[in-house]
Amino acid sequence: MNPRILAATTGRILRQLRHDRRTIALLVVVPAVLLTLVYFMYVDHPTPPGQPSMFDRIALVMLGIFPFVIMFLVTSIAMLRERTSGTLERLLTTPLGKLDLLFGYGIAFGLAAAVQAAVAAAVAYWIFDLSTVGSSGLVIGIAVLDAVLGVALGLLCSAFARTEFQAVQFLPVVVVPQLLLCGLFVARDQMAGWLQALSDAFPLSYAIEALQEVGANAEPTGVLWRDVGVVLGAVVLALVLAAATLRRRTG
Amino acid sequence: MDDAITVRDLVVDRGGRRVLDGISCAVPRGAVTGLLGPSGSGKTTFMRAVVGVQVVSAGSVSVLGQPAGTPALRHRVGYLTQAPSVYADLTVRENARYFAALYGRGRAEADQAVRDVGLAEAAGQLVVTLSGGQRSRASLACALVGDPELVILDEPTVGQDPVLRADLWARFHAMAAAGTTLLVSSHVMDEAARCDRLLLIRQGRLIADDSPAAIRAAAGVDDLDEAFLRLIRAGAGEES
Repeated sequence: MNPRILAATTGRILRQLRHDRRTIALLVVVPAVLLTLVYFMYVDHPTPPGQPSMFDRIALVMLGIFPFVIMFLVTSIAMLRERTSGTLERLLTTPLGKLDLLFGYGIAFGLAAAVQAAVAAAVAYWIFDLSTVGSSGLVIGIAVLDAVLGVALGLLCSAFARTEFQAVQFLPVVVVPQLLLCGLFVARDQMAGWLQALSDAFPLSYAIEALQEVGANAEPTGVLWRDVGVVLGAVVLALVLAAATLRRRTG
Repeated sequence: MDDAITVRDLVVDRGGRRVLDGISCAVPRGAVTGLLGPSGSGKTTFMRAVVGVQVVSAGSVSVLGQPAGTPALRHRVGYLTQAPSVYADLTVRENARYFAALYGRGRAEADQAVRDVGLAEAAGQLVVTLSGGQRSRASLACALVGDPELVILDEPTVGQDPVLRADLWARFHAMAAAGTTLLVSSHVMDEAARCDRLLLIRQGRLIADDSPAAIRAAAGVDDLDEAFLRLIRAGAGEES
């Protein structure tokens, strides 16, 4: 990796995003609108004494899931556009390193996700009165990490897609199973053993557990840091695998 | 003086089809070499092999004294793909500045490259709003911005108006005079006459490798189009 080329690539991706005002608006507004839906879904839902309200429980997890799903999709399509427009082939004939490109996407979309997560968290905390025992800053930090996880998996999956149709199909293949088994619908310790094993293998499960740790504890716990470490490891692994599957020479 | 590109017995298969079938040739330094041939003859595949992005079945390609695709060559070789490969959602200037940065060049060089292809007035325009010819010139600016020693241009003048086409060719010759090596593909024979040297490929085989004057003399006609036709017929006669 070369810092100058990495910075130029990150800047180029952000500039592309800046020219696409509608995408920026969607990135910022959609999570807030979805949180509004979640709020009104549970507004009359009774809360058992001594437990967090249904909205607190779901909204906290959603703050991590939105950036993950959205950035996975955005990145898959962006990388596929590099391929189909011929810019990828051209980039691979320049001094740019493969990791410069992949980390460039990770950083650029991570920054976009930071804005998105900050707006979504602001809406959740200030308008809908979300309460977490731990700090909102940590929630935003984990949401950004989830976004970067989405970017890394999107980059990896786009290597296996030749068309937009294929790329979009990776959402149900890669993202939906992680959503189903992350502990949102059924607590992970109440699942059948083989489902738990699958859940343990999915990085999103750790990201969601990290958010739940912030929700339930005033200070960062050991489990929280372990979860953050696992997600970071998954991000690096996915990026390195993505670099390995990105071939300069093709048939 | 050694050659910029040396190709020996190059064989490339794509999609189960033999696209290049045992090509051997050399491209001299500091000259404009034309790569001529009909659509589908293997020109683009040949260029991809030279820039090192093509999987090769057999043979060798040496570029500026190193095997094609060597990392150090990426600083010294500029490549223009046939379809304009620039970012449609960036302006011409932003595209040029990005590719300049990849080669360690600054904004001044990027803006100069945009002026050199006659796009100064459109520099602030998004590429998606440009005409096909302008888009192709934006792509050309990004290939030349790093001031490479070897420039590989896949059909750079398609869709350009005649005046611009003449300007571009004048620029290619000026670059060659300054020591740059250019390999330029075209399927238009009237461009062949503008080259210092010609490689004619047809159905994956090299059928001529000489200066335009020598090719005309060998075929005994003044018109290059006619000369190539005779060469092809002579080659077909030998095979049967």
